[in-house]
Amino acid sequence: MADTENTYEVAVIGAGPAGLAAASEAAAGGAHTVLIDAAGQFGGQYWRHADEQSSSEDPAVWHHGWKTYTGLASAVDDAISAGKLQYLPASHVIAAEAGSPFSLSIAPVPESQPEHQGLTQIRAHTVVLCPGAYDRQLPVPGWTLPGVMAAGGIQAFIKTQGISPGQRVVLGGTGPFLLSAAASVLQAGAEVAAICESSDLTGWVPRGVSAALVPSKGKEGAEYIALLARHRVPYFRRRAVVAIHGDQRATAVSTARLNRDGKALPGTERIIEDVDLVGLGWGFVPQSELVVQLGAQMFRDADGSLVAEVDKDQQSSVPGLYLAGEITGVAGATAAVAEGRIAGRQVAGLRGGGRPPRSSADIKDRVLRRNHRLFAQAMHRAHPLPQQWPEWLTDETVICRCEEVPWQKTKEAIDSLSAEEPRGLKGATRIGMGWCQGRMCGQAADCLASSDSADVAQAVARRGPAIPVSLRALAGESGRESS
Amino acid sequence: MTAGEFRTVTVTVDGRRVTTEAGRTVAATLMLAEDRLHWRETRFAGKGRGLFCGIGVCFDCLVTVDGQPSLRACLVQVAEGMSIETEPMDG
Amino acid sequence: MQSSPSDVLIIGSGAVGAAVAFFCAKAGLSVRVVDKGRPGGGTSSRCEGNLLVSDKEHGPELDLANYSLGLWRGELAEFAHLWEFENKGGIIVASQESSMASLQRALQVQRQHGIEVEEIDVPGLKELEPNVTDQAVGAAFYPDDCQVMPMLLTAHLLRMAREAGAELLFDTEVTGMVRTGDQIQGVRTSQGTYYAQTVINAAGPWGAEVAELAGVNVPVGPRRGYVLVTEPLPPMVFRKVYAAEYIDNVGSSEEGLQASPVVEGTQAGSILIGSSRERVGFDHTLNPEALQMIARNAIALFPFLQETRILRHYFGFRPYSPDHVPVIGPDPRVPGLWHACGHEGAGIGLSVGTGKLIAQALTGEQTDIELGPFSPARFDTAAVPEGQEVP
Repeated sequence: MADTENTYEVAVIGAGPAGLAAASEAAAGGAHTVLIDAAGQFGGQYWRHADEQSSSEDPAVWHHGWKTYTGLASAVDDAISAGKLQYLPASHVIAAEAGSPFSLSIAPVPESQPEHQGLTQIRAHTVVLCPGAYDRQLPVPGWTLPGVMAAGGIQAFIKTQGISPGQRVVLGGTGPFLLSAAASVLQAGAEVAAICESSDLTGWVPRGVSAALVPSKGKEGAEYIALLARHRVPYFRRRAVVAIHGDQRATAVSTARLNRDGKALPGTERIIEDVDLVGLGWGFVPQSELVVQLGAQMFRDADGSLVAEVDKDQQSSVPGLYLAGEITGVAGATAAVAEGRIAGRQVAGLRGGGRPPRSSADIKDRVLRRNHRLFAQAMHRAHPLPQQWPEWLTDETVICRCEEVPWQKTKEAIDSLSAEEPRGLKGATRIGMGWCQGRMCGQAADCLASSDSADVAQAVARRGPAIPVSLRALAGESGRESS
Repeated sequence: MTAGEFRTVTVTVDGRRVTTEAGRTVAATLMLAEDRLHWRETRFAGKGRGLFCGIGVCFDCLVTVDGQPSLRACLVQVAEGMSIETEPMDG
Repeated sequence: MQSSPSDVLIIGSGAVGAAVAFFCAKAGLSVRVVDKGRPGGGTSSRCEGNLLVSDKEHGPELDLANYSLGLWRGELAEFAHLWEFENKGGIIVASQESSMASLQRALQVQRQHGIEVEEIDVPGLKELEPNVTDQAVGAAFYPDDCQVMPMLLTAHLLRMAREAGAELLFDTEVTGMVRTGDQIQGVRTSQGTYYAQTVINAAGPWGAEVAELAGVNVPVGPRRGYVLVTEPLPPMVFRKVYAAEYIDNVGSSEEGLQASPVVEGTQAGSILIGSSRERVGFDHTLNPEALQMIARNAIALFPFLQETRILRHYFGFRPYSPDHVPVIGPDPRVPGLWHACGHEGAGIGLSVGTGKLIAQALTGEQTDIELGPFSPARFDTAAVPEGQEVP
């Protein structure tokens, strides 16, 4: 497997905002680079767009910063054409090992390409890992009904299919992303019946300075607010979707006003009828499994996420491992691009031995990164998770979607089986043992099995393989002969 | 929506011929062309599941495509002649 | 802070420590359990939960297995549902005439030692396991092989021990022994000092480290084994099914990587696939070669598995003892120190026998089976020399 053909100076994992930026800079700096991405085309989650082969629609209508995307994508495309960069789409890094060189095991993504060839092993002297994030969820009665989706999933659907997956939509959770998702729904011609933001947003006031640092965010926010006003979308603060109703599919939601701790206030419950889509989002979870496998130092960010420490050049505690984007702290696409560029320049520049010189572009990116990080910290503090959310649950509410573990059984395990910690809870209940490996119920388990420790969160995130992989792919070539 | 030009694609869903557009995912095809929100049954409670995370993380939307089981419907793009098998349920 | 001394202090809250705590508390002893991590956080949460007789050679381990089996089905039968106890039976499949011949030889020996086993032909095998490979030439069926869910076992044994008065202290690492002369009087931990009449080393693969704190050599060390967990499926594998080579690996002392297929379904629907064995210390780095070998072996045994997805793989560190016999009983070199470790891959199955025998011995009863063959007296009498690596 130690094939010199498969050894690169730089491996960039992920082709979203951070990864594209890192790959374009690394290749521009002359590094022999490979870009590995699970999707079939560039963009990641943020710039996810319609299939380029079959769509004639201009994706720009659905996106912010689409010009930035096209700039990065064409830079990467040029590097590919020039033979400076190898691009591996539909390829998921399922395991990574630190060392010099790093070693990556890559599985074909079965939705996009056949698995016959098995795993590919790649070596790289430096790795820029840009794994992105997915929606953070909290269980609520009815959240397993068809017609309930992650807010980000609704937006992804609209961005790729050009149509809303529901016609009358309620969005609930916390964070500015709810506004972005609502804007997509409106733009796709559907109705937003309500947005329930659990925070009262007073957290923003004393930190107004941070928001002022990032004018682009202010502009984006103002656009959303104007759009919502034009469509007369009811926007509630300190209110949450506390139950979703329906038999075969979601048809109505109950919302309630929350007290300071996130408990539903009696008498404030309202029912919104005739809903066909509910979108839930409580911020984002950075994909951490490869960072955990590689052993980088991690910590809990202001939003509670497990994120990795990086130095000013985006290098983690593992020498040669650079990180960019949400994995260093959820801060949005602009910060991700800045971080990716800084990392890409750094890894390319270090090839000669000395310190890469600071260009004015690099200095600009460092300022951008600082401002967006400050903004993100303020945003996280203004959008805390409602602490008493378990009060909304009924005994039958499913906590773990995959293993269908109800709240009743979860409580019993916590009370009597020493399962007051996520790993114990998993062993005693099967929470997090299913298809998604705890990615959907992870936040709930983390809150219920009260633990603030980053070590524990890291142990839970020690998932291998990083996505489910068939035995055929694991077995490799000779797997085919055995049947 | 802004309807650009599109190419139609014919697939089969549980043996039925279904016409959809190129570029659609299997999930979108089931939702838009078949008006279905769920196509998988949970193994304990027998509840319907369909699209949830929408980006390949939750594995709730699994289908069998061209005989290959457990593929994420949110990530598979339709192709001419594709055979999609779901777990059909009442309702 | 001074806690009152207990009759028994157990180091380790894996399946073995939990079983020792349960039987001791039930026997009326005051019990305290300390663990450097969480209950079952070591080997017990990273294994398959086997209660096997089929992989045993004659000798003390088989005696302990049979004794434990009696407890699982007898005294503990009322709790069987709590830990998903399943008397599913085991099947060893031979895929070549030569391995069938060695299997038949092994069967004869096993029968002489009272293991219940029947040889089955290919149609008989297909009836029990319709999805097994067409390459099979014959098989042996062991009706006494069972399975439990190890984390549920550990959690419930600890719960019942606590209900019988045991005190459980997690995140409490033992850092030293308290002794008066030779006699062990208790342990120093990260959370303070605890005194006890008897200290029991149930630290699994860390057993040698704990023994070293008392200045004695108990050569129990980690042997790494991978387990692959599949997506949940409707029942496809009905027994514990493994290939004839597995028995050779279990009894092996090789340090290098070995893998032979072990495949079994679970009540939750996922299929567990083992196994590999390698002695690499507490190495946490992934070995893609081990995964590849296991995958190939498993597909050879059950071809349908090639389309099946692995949701996760994990490895556990099995407490390996050089002569494959667990270390159970008082340590003649250090009064006050007992051991209950070194069960390697069989600790879940043997945990309850171990716990009950220790409780009997501690309360001065005649033990149901002789503890002599398990005694740490078989190891050298000297303390671990400086710098010597514990295997």
